[in-house]
Amino acid sequence: MTAYIIRRLFAVVPVMAVVALFVFFLLRFAPGDPAAIIAGDDATTEAIEAVRVKLGLDRPVVEQFAVWVWGLAHGDLGVSIFSNLAVTRLIAQRLEPTLALTLSTLFVAVALAIPLGVVAAWKARKLVDRLAMGFAVLGFAMPVFVLAYVLIYFFAVRWQLLPVQGYSPIAEGFWPFVQSLILPSVALGVTYMALIARITRASMLEVLQQDYIRTANAKGLATDRVLLLHALKNAAVPIVTVIGIGIALLISGVVITETVFNIPGLGRLTVDAVLKRDYPIVQGLILVFAAVKVVINLMIDISYAFLDPRIRY
Amino acid sequence: MVRVLAVLAALLLPLAASAQEKVLRAVMHADVRVIDPVWTTQTIANIHGALVYDTLFGNDADQKPQPQMVGKYEISPDRLNYTFTLRDGLKFHDGSPVTTRDVIASLKRWGAKDGVGQRLMGYVTEMKAVDDKSFTMTLKEPYGMVLESLGKSGSSIAAIMREKDAMTDPQQQVKESVGSGPFIFAKDQWVPGSKAVYLKNKDYLPRSEPPSSFAGGKVPGVDRIELIWMPDPQTAMSALINGEIDFWENPNTDFLPLLEKAKGVKLLKTGKIDSTQGMIRLNHLQPPFDNPKARQAMYYLINQEDFLRTIVGDPRYYKVCPGLLTCGGPYENDGGAQWMKEYSPKKALQLLKEAGYKGEPITVLAATDHNTITPATQVLIQAMREAGINVDVQSMDWGSVVTRRAKKDPPVQGGWNIFVTTSGGVGSSNPVLHTWIGAACDKGLFGWPCDPEVEKLRNAFGMAKDEAERKTVANALQARAMDDVVFLPFGQWDAPLAYRADRISGIVPNTGLAVLWGITKK
Repeated sequence: MTAYIIRRLFAVVPVMAVVALFVFFLLRFAPGDPAAIIAGDDATTEAIEAVRVKLGLDRPVVEQFAVWVWGLAHGDLGVSIFSNLAVTRLIAQRLEPTLALTLSTLFVAVALAIPLGVVAAWKARKLVDRLAMGFAVLGFAMPVFVLAYVLIYFFAVRWQLLPVQGYSPIAEGFWPFVQSLILPSVALGVTYMALIARITRASMLEVLQQDYIRTANAKGLATDRVLLLHALKNAAVPIVTVIGIGIALLISGVVITETVFNIPGLGRLTVDAVLKRDYPIVQGLILVFAAVKVVINLMIDISYAFLDPRIRY
Repeated sequence: MVRVLAVLAALLLPLAASAQEKVLRAVMHADVRVIDPVWTTQTIANIHGALVYDTLFGNDADQKPQPQMVGKYEISPDRLNYTFTLRDGLKFHDGSPVTTRDVIASLKRWGAKDGVGQRLMGYVTEMKAVDDKSFTMTLKEPYGMVLESLGKSGSSIAAIMREKDAMTDPQQQVKESVGSGPFIFAKDQWVPGSKAVYLKNKDYLPRSEPPSSFAGGKVPGVDRIELIWMPDPQTAMSALINGEIDFWENPNTDFLPLLEKAKGVKLLKTGKIDSTQGMIRLNHLQPPFDNPKARQAMYYLINQEDFLRTIVGDPRYYKVCPGLLTCGGPYENDGGAQWMKEYSPKKALQLLKEAGYKGEPITVLAATDHNTITPATQVLIQAMREAGINVDVQSMDWGSVVTRRAKKDPPVQGGWNIFVTTSGGVGSSNPVLHTWIGAACDKGLFGWPCDPEVEKLRNAFGMAKDEAERKTVANALQARAMDDVVFLPFGQWDAPLAYRADRISGIVPNTGLAVLWGITKK
């Protein structure tokens, strides 16, 4: 196992190299010029060119790439073209809100989805199953922003129970922190809940057909023990895979939720940087996202060995 | 037990203290990403700059310059020598005194970067420190816009920085934002793309005059200002109604009816003149618009009401304005207004044909992500299609438009024929500050109109001896610029700002640059 983990970690290097190469050149070939955006509306062509020269954007792309890679080799992700702040600082500022939103969303999704999926599988093709899956389909089909606005309208504007927007760091108090996360994690969690519930149901249905479940039932074990201890554990591999993919997606792709609830997370940082053509931030973020995905995939693979003793590396 | 209580008290005391802190939470039109108001012409950088930095002069609600950092000043009878003396007690946020060395270095940097500053410095032969508090400015000609330029509030204000910051190359951003203005920038709390924080400058000595637009006493009314960036206007509206923010600089006009009904919320017009002017820019370098007749044909496609109804909707917040200089401003006039009297797609096409247009595609850069430019571009495209013009619509985000419009190449090689943009009402009210009215060929703004007579009239405006002469020149300039079609105006509008009237007061209306320093909170 240790050798496998080390081998996988070494495999990160070529993956990151390909990602770095791809992102860098894709950004340079995309239309848009940060110098023109910085210079502003009333800037002349000459003024824009002067800014471009000072930012080093007039240099050959290969030279710019070499400078960036040299920085990366020294652990430097670069500096934002606009704010002059280190990309590492900008990412660090956004990490806590994103992680908090990701974990709280997963908590909401898993807490609802697994019981829903298990019950649906247990009562397969009955009314409970149809209601549960209907709810799941509805949750999956409803755009996040629609649910978000509905939640904001009722819980924040009308009943004034929760804040409309913003993120309160945990250091500023636990209750404000929780309050700021309830609506966004419910809005986002419903989509993931639907996905996980459907996977749980499908996986459970397959397991519930197995002989050992029939045996467990035949020897008179209580239904909850059969479902939770015997069936759910053996149905866990695909569920864990979906949850893991969900973590990776949530960390990099919750732009709409972050925008609607005004949460300063990594998703918004990415979109803002793309729109402003702030190359160093986009490059740094995509590298970080790639690394996160690689690590999460590795963790998922390792978890298989714990969940299913037949899997060995 | 006593120990536990003591710990609890220690924990609660800072909370109590922070609870008394008066915090103004304001949602602006953009996020603060650049902290150097001279390096960029972005308005948001100037709102930041106006909080942190002070200026020698400030233009009041009538666009008249009033002294700000300057205590007294003298102008020689021949209008060639200016002597400025700074007020007593001016200090930067690091505690160092503001001296004429800082002022001269700052003006040189601003004058090297900003269009208005460059024009002013074109007349300045020397700036010399008399002592730490007084300096002279000598001109080669009696340029009449010295004080207005120093006090402008639209883009790139003439911010006074520390000498060491002002020595930064004008093409590079300053690394620190340390000014002598009413608020101190809390860089450690800055989250670009989310929030910028400003703390009250307790050492600031405001002027005694009442505030008027960008002039008068800048009395800090709150302990802390948080400029919050909310990309979703729906969220900003809900947050204002819910009382989570106090001030919203640019509510979408669609939301105004809701905000008018919301408890505790009030709307306020931003200033005496409208805040935005719509402009259609033609590329004078490329056919068919290298021919004046083809440019003039486009006037027949402009029905300002169509544009304004689409962008704003509510007639209370827009104004048809057939001129290039802001209607309602001091130099509004009817020069060239005859061009805007008739909407006739047929006549437009006929004139275009007479100018040699044979149905070649006309490339329009169509921004897809701008709340006013996007709909205005669609109205223009529709009018062009109605006329039977072959329109090549290039849809892209605004970031791509600002890049592509800088290209002088033919449209097939990545250039363009038409783009739509806007200009601030304050700048557009004055022929010298209004850079888009210029026709300085290659040195001008995108579209590159080239008419020495227009530039001559702009200079003449700067040299005018009195207000009457200025008005005469402004009329002639506008007539000439409209004949040349430096741009096609499609009206002006002024979406009001929204605020919690039950929580804050003391907003000073100012067109073009939100003035926040005088706001107090209950």
